[in-house]
Amino acid sequence: MFEFLTPHQAILIVVIPLLASPICLIVRHSGIAWLIALVASWISFAIAINLLNQVTTVGPISYLLGNWPAPWGIEYKVDTLSAFVLLFISGISSITLIFARKSVYFEIAEDRIYLFYTMFLLAFAGLLGITITGDAFNLFVFLEISSLSSYVLISLGSSRNALTAAYRYLILGTVGATFYVIGVGLLYQMTGTLNIADLADRMPELSDTKTVLISLGFITVGIGLKLGLFPLHVWLPNAYAYAPSVVTAFLAATATKVAVYVLLRVYFTIFGYQIFNKLVIDELLLVLGLIAVISMSIVAIFQTNIKKLLAYSSVAQVGYMVIGISAVTVTGLTSTILHLFNHALIKGGLFLALAAIFLRIKSVKIDDMAGLGKLMPFTMAAFLMSGLSLIGVPLTVGFISKWYLILATLEKGWWPVAIIVLIGSLLSIVYVWKVIEIAYFRPVPDKSSKIKEAPLSMLIPIWILVTANYYFGIATDYTISSALSAAKELMGVAL
Amino acid sequence: MSLENTIILSIMTPLIGSIFILLTGKWPNLRETVTLVTSISMFLVVGSLTHSIMEGERPTITLLEFFPGLNITFTVEPLGMLFGLIASGLWIINSIYSIGYMRSHHEKNQTRFYFFFAISLASAAGVAFAGNMLTLFICYEVLTLCTFPLVTHSGKPEAIKSGRIYLGILLGTSIGLQLLAIIWTWNSAGTLDFKQGGIFDNKLTGVTISILLFLYMYGIGKAALMPIHRWLPAAMVAPTPVSALLHAVAVVKAGVFTVLKVIIYIFGVDTLAGFTEDNWLMYVSGFTLITASCIALTKDNLKARLAYSTISQLAYIVLGASLANGIGIMGGGMHIAMHAFGKITLFFCAGAIMVASHKTEISEMDGLGRIMPFTYTAFLIGSLSVIGLPPLGGSWSKWYLMLSSVEAGYIVFTAIFMVSSLLNIAYLMPIIGRGLFASPKQNPQSKEEHIKNSNFWMGLNFGVVREAPPLCLLAMFFSSLGCIALFFYADVIFRLLAPVAGLN
Repeated sequence: MFEFLTPHQAILIVVIPLLASPICLIVRHSGIAWLIALVASWISFAIAINLLNQVTTVGPISYLLGNWPAPWGIEYKVDTLSAFVLLFISGISSITLIFARKSVYFEIAEDRIYLFYTMFLLAFAGLLGITITGDAFNLFVFLEISSLSSYVLISLGSSRNALTAAYRYLILGTVGATFYVIGVGLLYQMTGTLNIADLADRMPELSDTKTVLISLGFITVGIGLKLGLFPLHVWLPNAYAYAPSVVTAFLAATATKVAVYVLLRVYFTIFGYQIFNKLVIDELLLVLGLIAVISMSIVAIFQTNIKKLLAYSSVAQVGYMVIGISAVTVTGLTSTILHLFNHALIKGGLFLALAAIFLRIKSVKIDDMAGLGKLMPFTMAAFLMSGLSLIGVPLTVGFISKWYLILATLEKGWWPVAIIVLIGSLLSIVYVWKVIEIAYFRPVPDKSSKIKEAPLSMLIPIWILVTANYYFGIATDYTISSALSAAKELMGVAL
Repeated sequence: MSLENTIILSIMTPLIGSIFILLTGKWPNLRETVTLVTSISMFLVVGSLTHSIMEGERPTITLLEFFPGLNITFTVEPLGMLFGLIASGLWIINSIYSIGYMRSHHEKNQTRFYFFFAISLASAAGVAFAGNMLTLFICYEVLTLCTFPLVTHSGKPEAIKSGRIYLGILLGTSIGLQLLAIIWTWNSAGTLDFKQGGIFDNKLTGVTISILLFLYMYGIGKAALMPIHRWLPAAMVAPTPVSALLHAVAVVKAGVFTVLKVIIYIFGVDTLAGFTEDNWLMYVSGFTLITASCIALTKDNLKARLAYSTISQLAYIVLGASLANGIGIMGGGMHIAMHAFGKITLFFCAGAIMVASHKTEISEMDGLGRIMPFTYTAFLIGSLSVIGLPPLGGSWSKWYLMLSSVEAGYIVFTAIFMVSSLLNIAYLMPIIGRGLFASPKQNPQSKEEHIKNSNFWMGLNFGVVREAPPLCLLAMFFSSLGCIALFFYADVIFRLLAPVAGLN
């Protein structure tokens, strides 16, 4: 009955959450707001699945907003990469929202809950918009929508530190967005167009000019801030640590991934991989990625707040993705794209499990986790199993991305890089096991003997993610073939 | 049922069993029955493959495509057949032993114990029947992870510390080195399938082979080459049945089995033989062999001594493989079987002594042989087999190993094998000597109380004899019988392994 909407899928996936957001604001009722958010997110998810199917069978989809032809009007473009990213953003959001009801009720004052869902939907719509748009300036608009709403989301955290964390993110995030828009402005000055495909067409003849190279520098720094690229990551640990648990899970699983997506889009679609012959950003990324992997993993080991521990681990994981980009090969990009997806599942699972723990023990300090293996067996088992995936044990998704990343470095003959990547995963054993040992081997303290297992409405979404970690770690065909064809598109290799 | 499905069934049997173990956890008798039934059915399933393998069939089943061009595949070849048979066969004996031991030792969380035990066996079967290096690696890692709860079973601080060493070394070496080696192999050879003669087709130079061999050999931490052997003594904090089956059979044998697989099917014996000047592996394993034996001499704790003995015996197998000739492969392969039976017997005895007389240090065991005659008889048989004296199985494998060092032209290793056998005598025989001939240092005063507290199933008592639980004794009886039987039926193993070693 909705067939007439099918051609408009590309816009509906963004517009539905975008319109649902003010409705949440109007109803002012926490339960109904949650339901609206949930439904909107699941509809987007369904559309995303449909889009990926369509893209893989028919080929890229182009949608002209208001029927204004590109490059004058705004074009929405779905290729394998964007469909893949849309899929996991909407998937993670849908699962997180099932989880959110109880967690949000516990962490946020009831009269603000409807605001939470309003902002959540805005951030969600923003992330989807960034991914689907085929227009460099429109991308900036969505970047700001998602950023501004995530500042609000973070500041809703129950501790007062959330305010300073959000403020810090606001400052740095704005700097990042400004750098991006300056870069896009320079490109516009040189080419007179903002359409990504159009930009790509005109880029080869201009790629020798200083202006274009400078704009590349601005965009790299701007997006680098958003994705928490070392050493531009300073906002990230506190923002993750003090945000409401659900927000942490959602942002950790999606926001940095979308930033990596933008980086891929800019480098490989707009500028083309040949640009790295002119400006050695690839080597810069490689070095920063390696430092991130090692230094942030070590920092993570010494954290006592588990949210921060996982946040630092996220910065390290971004390092892996950046190393994959810096290889500038199909295998390297495949590893990055796979890790976008895989890391979303891993961190989604870990942060949701942590949110369930926070609901029960009201703390995310490592020492308070003593005995949780007995008290909350299902939650802790989920944490353990996602942790194994983070380490990259075979049969988990973490193993798949690690395999491709190491393969990419070996193809390039980068021995030391391969070794550093492996050292990074050994370090992750240390920080994951630190938590596991305390939860399973420390005796249950008296004060927490009454702690119960998390409610089913939380366990189910957690275990959906954990199962996905193993399902996609075993039946790898779907993700690998999607990532591989996306990487080939980016590198301009015949499919 | 087709052979292909039998392979899957042999891995599934313990997995299904583990679910039933969980379900029947509240009724110990039922739970242990399930364990026994599972182990017997697994052995029968694995055993049903033997005939076809001896006939030369190599059933293969591919489950799914893991990476483009790289599958999860299971196949049965002679070496895997041997390992599968040993692991599943000894699991039956070990289950009998576990029931006696765990009950009279009043261990907690026994359901968890039996559950992870069954899963470990499933992954050991996976290692045995893996059809390519990726599949083997996956099962290898699962084996590491699911034995961790067994090692840390008691949950005491020293168990946690040991668990950390166990996991740190095994996971660290496999992810840090072995995975790198595997991806490197995949990148340069384009396949990870096990193929007689190796998969590199002379693509690698001497130095590259050396480095790759290093990554593999030290990536396979379970083979316990020095200096990454520390996990094995650390793992001895586990309950004795775990030490017996996992750390004398399933886990360590999975390690040396992987070593053999890599040398035979990834590098190829001939490739390795072609670069004898750079073959550092011989020297490292020779060093491990002697040093571990010497360390064993210094250990007073019985289980620690057996652990170092295991390290030394594993090095026999690695040395045999690295000598790179057919006889060495035969000796190494046979030693997997011979050592498994010998060492499991010794561990059973150590556990029996611990249960019946609460002693762990050898210096406390003076005169114990007269109190525990059955245990000491079994210990004698196990020891002689580990030393390699006829009429026990161990003599054959050591014979072939020594022959192989002569064949390869390294008399120095022949000498090492001989010296090590003397060292074996030096660290095993005094235990028996002290048990039989030394007089006990103090009179056992707790005797009356002990008898009062125990019933028939918790320990045999008559006259001066205070023996271990009957189920433990039964298990020891079977395993020592195995040591003797292997002497007379070693030709079966020879015929099984001959195609792999190229000796037919």
